[in-house]
Amino acid sequence: MTAIPDPARRAVFAVFRGPRVRKFMRHRLAMLGLVTIVLLTLACFAGPHFLPYDELYIDLRARFSPPLSGGHILGTDPLGRDIAARLFSAGQISLTVGFTAMVLSTLIGTAIGIVAGYFGGWTRTGLMRMVDAFLSFPSVFLMLTLAAFLKPSPAMITIIIAVTSWMEVARIVEAEVRGQAARDFTAAARMIGAPHWWIMGREILPNVMGPIIVAATLTVARAILLEAYISFLGYGIQPPLPSWGNMLNNAQQYLDSAPWLAIVPGVAITLAVTSFNFIGDGLRDALDARSVQ
Amino acid sequence: MIRFLLHRTLQGIVLILIVSMIGFAVINLAPGGPLSQYALTPGISQADLERIAHQMGLDRPLPIQYLDWLSKLIVGDWGSSYRDQSPVLSVIWRHMWATLLLMGCATVISVVLGTLIGVLGALRRYSLFDYVATVGAMIALSIPTFWFGLIAIFFFSLELGWLPAGNMYTVGDQSLGDYAIHLIMPSAVLALVNVAIWSRYMRASTLDVMDQDYVRTARAKGLPRWRIISAHIVRNALIPMITLAGLQLPTIIGGALVTETVFTWPGLGRLFIDSLGYNDYPVIMGLLMFSAILTVVGNFLADVGVALADPRIRLG
Repeated sequence: MTAIPDPARRAVFAVFRGPRVRKFMRHRLAMLGLVTIVLLTLACFAGPHFLPYDELYIDLRARFSPPLSGGHILGTDPLGRDIAARLFSAGQISLTVGFTAMVLSTLIGTAIGIVAGYFGGWTRTGLMRMVDAFLSFPSVFLMLTLAAFLKPSPAMITIIIAVTSWMEVARIVEAEVRGQAARDFTAAARMIGAPHWWIMGREILPNVMGPIIVAATLTVARAILLEAYISFLGYGIQPPLPSWGNMLNNAQQYLDSAPWLAIVPGVAITLAVTSFNFIGDGLRDALDARSVQ
Repeated sequence: MIRFLLHRTLQGIVLILIVSMIGFAVINLAPGGPLSQYALTPGISQADLERIAHQMGLDRPLPIQYLDWLSKLIVGDWGSSYRDQSPVLSVIWRHMWATLLLMGCATVISVVLGTLIGVLGALRRYSLFDYVATVGAMIALSIPTFWFGLIAIFFFSLELGWLPAGNMYTVGDQSLGDYAIHLIMPSAVLALVNVAIWSRYMRASTLDVMDQDYVRTARAKGLPRWRIISAHIVRNALIPMITLAGLQLPTIIGGALVTETVFTWPGLGRLFIDSLGYNDYPVIMGLLMFSAILTVVGNFLADVGVALADPRIRLG
């Protein structure tokens, strides 16, 4: 069987070749972000194996130990659980939720954006009006309402975040597709009788991959932030399962006596979100067709 | 102009209708539903629950319930709170002022600071200041608002003891100065994200304007630099920002929610969190609708504002 090159895949790899990769590598902040994310992910998934304590192990004699005491690198929480161990396994959950929510919302946003941009007319009006309607809710309100009434498991939180953050992608994709749908190659494809789904998936999608990848990266940052918001307010990931957001949940009442409870998880969130934003910025510089000559 | 107003009003009504359907669906299709809080009453029987459901009209088909709810919404009957039976609209009204005060202050801070940083960054493009402002804005966008609030409380209230850690006023001392001192930290924390966003857009907008012919003309006829900047560049660069201000409304309302929680500020955000805890459906629904209507109206006003500020734009 001869290997038929898949145009969508080829486009993705073409995007990561040549001047664009070099351009991305030159973007110092983006590289810094990439390195930070790789290290953070490694630490979260491999780190727990090197720590003497389990994230759920309760040691009431060691409550509120400050960082660097009794083998607790980052101290302990009100139940004497090791914060470093909790931080890493919380990171596994927060990063996974953020990444999965990004995949879901990018899929939803891309599908709706392509259909709206390709068909135009009433289809576009209807779909984009729906996008506007979703954007009219402050997303935290909508998310909290959903989270408060549905059983908040990590999977449910992921779905809720995805359902409330696909609109940005849909808008970007719709705008890009509208330009592509009017071009000659689309007309040519239609003329040889290609079905709509083929033209959308095989002809147009590869041409709008750049903006989608950029939007997706920024969506990971957003999703991690949103998870932190709802978990902080107590409607997200439920204890004893740790997440970066719910580790901050009770931190405020111990702000005076144990400030490390608040500082440590917040730094992790900020680090992860900043890194994804930097990567997104670098990708935008590298993938923006207008900026590569 | 009249055609534009009619068209946009119609659009706005359609949008609010879609919004209301989404909100209604979210609340009523979720498991549990409005009856869940009665179901917790000890010793309540299935027959009792069914009777309550019938009294509240919850046993009717959902579309009928929706139409009933909508028709009451339009005439200003937003239901009454499950908690104290007071009408939803008056509950919202009571809490609205605290939130408006907080949002107003935060908006003033973000517009002034954001404009300043954005314009300076554009005038001194690629300078150290521009670089620091760019990176700073991205980091500011990445800090969770509530965590920034916690850190601010830690430093300014606990370590330095300069500012109160929460609430809107000291009991017994409700002077203007007392309000002001309580307002500083929450509004600064709430403003952070918007300063970052505003400065980025202002920088881009200023760069666009600086390339325009009329700026070159102003320079060619020998106007002093400050005059070109203030009268020609900044004024024109601000026009697209009016639209941005409309679009930022949901963000700032959402931000107010966590800021109010951290600083125990008695506004709509706290009301929302409390109502969620009590399963107070009418208030939750009312707040969802209220924030959505506010956003739609805000965007509409922004569009009108742009047209008023820029004579080149004719609405139609």
